Amino acid sequence: MSNSPPHYDQAKWTSQSVYEPLLSEKNMTEVSLDGVPLPPNLKRSSLTLPSLSEPELARHYTRLSQMTYGVDSGPYLLGSCTMKYNPKFTEDVAVLPGCSMHPDRAPHTIQGTLEILYTLQEHLATIGGMDAVTLQPPAGAAGEFTGILIIKAFHESNGDFSRNEIIIPESAHGTNPASAALGGYKTIEIPSNEQGTVNIDALQAALSENTAALMLTNPNTLGLFELEIELIASMVHKAGGLLYYDGANLNALLGRSRPRDMGFDIMHYNVHKTFATPHGGGGPGAGPVGVVSKLESFLPAPIVIKTKSGFDLFTPENTIGKVHGFYGNWLCLVKALAYILRLGDRGLLDASAKAVLNANYLGSKIQYEIPFRPFYHEFVASSGDQDAAEVAKRLLDYGVHPPTTKWPLIVPQALLVEPTESENKSTLDQIAASFNAVLTEDQSTLKSAPNSTASARIDQTTAARFPILSWHALDPSL
Amino acid sequence: MTNFPSTQSPYTPHTPADVEAMLSHLGFESIDDLFNIPPPIQFSDSFKIQPRSEHEIKTELKGIFDKNLPLVEFLGHGYYSHYIPSLVDHISDRSEFLTSYTQYQPEISQGFLQVLFEYQSLIVELTGLEIANSSMYDFATSIGEAALLSGRISPTRTKILVPDILRSERLSVLKNYTSNSGFKIESYPTRDSNTDIEKLENLFSDDVSMIYIESPNSHGALEESIKDISEMAHASGSLCCLGTDPIALSILEVPSSLGVDIVVGDASVLGLPNAYGMGVGLFACRSDYLRKVPGRLVGITKDATNRRAYTLTLQTREQHIRRERATSNICTNQAWVALRTAIHAAYLGPHGLINLAKQCIELPLELSSKLDTIEGVHAPSHSRHHFREFVVRTDKKAMEVVQSLEVKGYAVSAIGDHELLICVTDTNSSHIDAFVDAFKEVIS
Repeated sequence: MSNSPPHYDQAKWTSQSVYEPLLSEKNMTEVSLDGVPLPPNLKRSSLTLPSLSEPELARHYTRLSQMTYGVDSGPYLLGSCTMKYNPKFTEDVAVLPGCSMHPDRAPHTIQGTLEILYTLQEHLATIGGMDAVTLQPPAGAAGEFTGILIIKAFHESNGDFSRNEIIIPESAHGTNPASAALGGYKTIEIPSNEQGTVNIDALQAALSENTAALMLTNPNTLGLFELEIELIASMVHKAGGLLYYDGANLNALLGRSRPRDMGFDIMHYNVHKTFATPHGGGGPGAGPVGVVSKLESFLPAPIVIKTKSGFDLFTPENTIGKVHGFYGNWLCLVKALAYILRLGDRGLLDASAKAVLNANYLGSKIQYEIPFRPFYHEFVASSGDQDAAEVAKRLLDYGVHPPTTKWPLIVPQALLVEPTESENKSTLDQIAASFNAVLTEDQSTLKSAPNSTASARIDQTTAARFPILSWHALDPSL
Repeated sequence: MTNFPSTQSPYTPHTPADVEAMLSHLGFESIDDLFNIPPPIQFSDSFKIQPRSEHEIKTELKGIFDKNLPLVEFLGHGYYSHYIPSLVDHISDRSEFLTSYTQYQPEISQGFLQVLFEYQSLIVELTGLEIANSSMYDFATSIGEAALLSGRISPTRTKILVPDILRSERLSVLKNYTSNSGFKIESYPTRDSNTDIEKLENLFSDDVSMIYIESPNSHGALEESIKDISEMAHASGSLCCLGTDPIALSILEVPSSLGVDIVVGDASVLGLPNAYGMGVGLFACRSDYLRKVPGRLVGITKDATNRRAYTLTLQTREQHIRRERATSNICTNQAWVALRTAIHAAYLGPHGLINLAKQCIELPLELSSKLDTIEGVHAPSHSRHHFREFVVRTDKKAMEVVQSLEVKGYAVSAIGDHELLICVTDTNSSHIDAFVDAFKEVIS
């Protein structure tokens, strides 16, 4: 295999002359508000925005879409984000007649909407082994925050106001400590052991009468299954704490092990990861939260219940209140249900099996060191002497969305690789060949990458030092 | 598809020969060997979810959705629908947009970054504030984030003032966002669907971090004293936050020139049809708060060839770097909805936005004046400038009116014993006359 990359033009217009201008550089138009029936003190004098025809806009946005790399463009190895294929038919399901309802409709007039939500609640509960589920949190981090509020309400309902600490492994997702802090908690970070899993001694030392909960991902962010999870759960419970499951890595375990059975009391699901709803350039996702029965009465209001006559909205007795203005990201929830029904038991089991097979196969084909094993659906490789961020930039030239870089910090020059179940063997072979080719390339090749993308290497420092955050702030010479 | 066993997910591409070759390369006999889950916590049961075909699922879910009653909705109360041009659906469903994620690698994300930059620029033009982030979850969580921002600006202040007519759901979210950071929420009185300025003045003290006002508010009325309120707030060292939306902002006085420091709202009034409450949180503020802002920001810089380039910037504020000291815990946001908002706004352009906003004033005027001619009906209940919706007072009990209207095929909200909230936009305006007739029959 040659060391030079194949000639990809990733998300790029090849001719310099068709670089797409800003809308504001096309036809900015100032329109007066003279005809608007409001007194002068309530209305603005004019509005200045681009004024363009539909064909001009269709071309503008189509070009911009072509300068965007998605899962449908090629491999998307972004570890911990589960960038799997998003089935097309779920988009059609989310625009079926009857799917579009105002959130203030009375429950008896939207039995269909409530049945969809109830069915998804039930399926998610089954998949996680939980007793009850809320669909309200609009993202994984919102699910974490919801969980934190439930944990707090639970302890306070027991007259226990002194538990002000949440324990988090140092390799946890950044949202874990941020969500705990938003809930008013002090976070206690514990280091990993030499195997890359929870350090039992450090956990024991961190546990106290101040412990509200331990937040954990399993498999963890190194892709490793926490083999001592039962012991961990009993330690946390013995100390009076609760065990929170960050569902970011659930795609490794569907149908093989359930967070409840591992001893978790509360969990969130990332429907945009595990259940294939499209990531939409950053969102929306949804972060439903499942709980064991002793926490059910604290769930956000309302949840959907089944009654003798149909479905109804129900406010749990000790509810924490609301974490979203209405019922969460409805369209994502509908798509997630459609995905779950399409796969069924066997398909879900197969998705996880292939996700783990793909990660292991890719891991075995690349010549980078992988310090921690055995891993499941993702692994952390080290680029050694090479800078991981530079490796990532160079991988762009090989037509690959690179792994998450320089995280988790436990591995130096970390490349967190998650191929998902969507890639076939020959694509994995190509990805491995690309990694291995980059490994042999010199510093200057890496530093000058990428070369076949819409932009060359982007100057992040200037962006942060002299922020230009709207076209109003733009010097026309830029 | 005959190559693939029926036990396989339709979205895994492996042939049995592939699986065999991969396992053999790894030195394993079965995929099960890759899992080392301790036996006591293995799951050996089934979920009892039968796999279905695409066609079966569409048919099944359509059958479920058909159980929703086909009522004509005159519902608003903070969540509104307008006609969505086909361009929005077709462009936003382009799979490069739909299937990408956060732009951690800007060199292959220039297109989406440019759209988000254009979205931010739209919000900057509408609010007059220098900074708009690329999205929060929804209206309610944006209010919560605004309150937390005010706390970062004035750490010793712990009180947030909100109107007594604030939707209870927004109040609940705000409380959840702030109570654990030591904030107290206090309601201020409204009179005739606007802020009671005189009573408000007494509530300002040196522990007020932020006052939150809405225009249009949850009675559909435009707030007429924003400037007075912001001056009061600033005199006592508090911030002034306005909740609104991009269609209203197309004609309302520019918030920055009224002294508003933070603008929040639901930008999905452009871009999304009714989606059972799903939206996109609008968030804009003064540039003084730049390094304290929550959420993702897209900026312009240059690439190595000195060409313009877009990138996420000031990321040291964010959770993946700052962890427990981040300005917010938000990671996954509502970028795709913001993209739809940007496309819808561009489709309308300044003329279209102003015309749509004019309709939001004219349609409630038309409907309220027609309802007001009915004996036993007073509409609107207060003589304010209304936007999309207004309060109607009925001699008859409001819940009875709601129930009788439902039988006739209409959905409206009761907000008091004798008060209804009626919302009219371009999506239901063709039903105005029939609705008025139904209302007449229900009342008599």
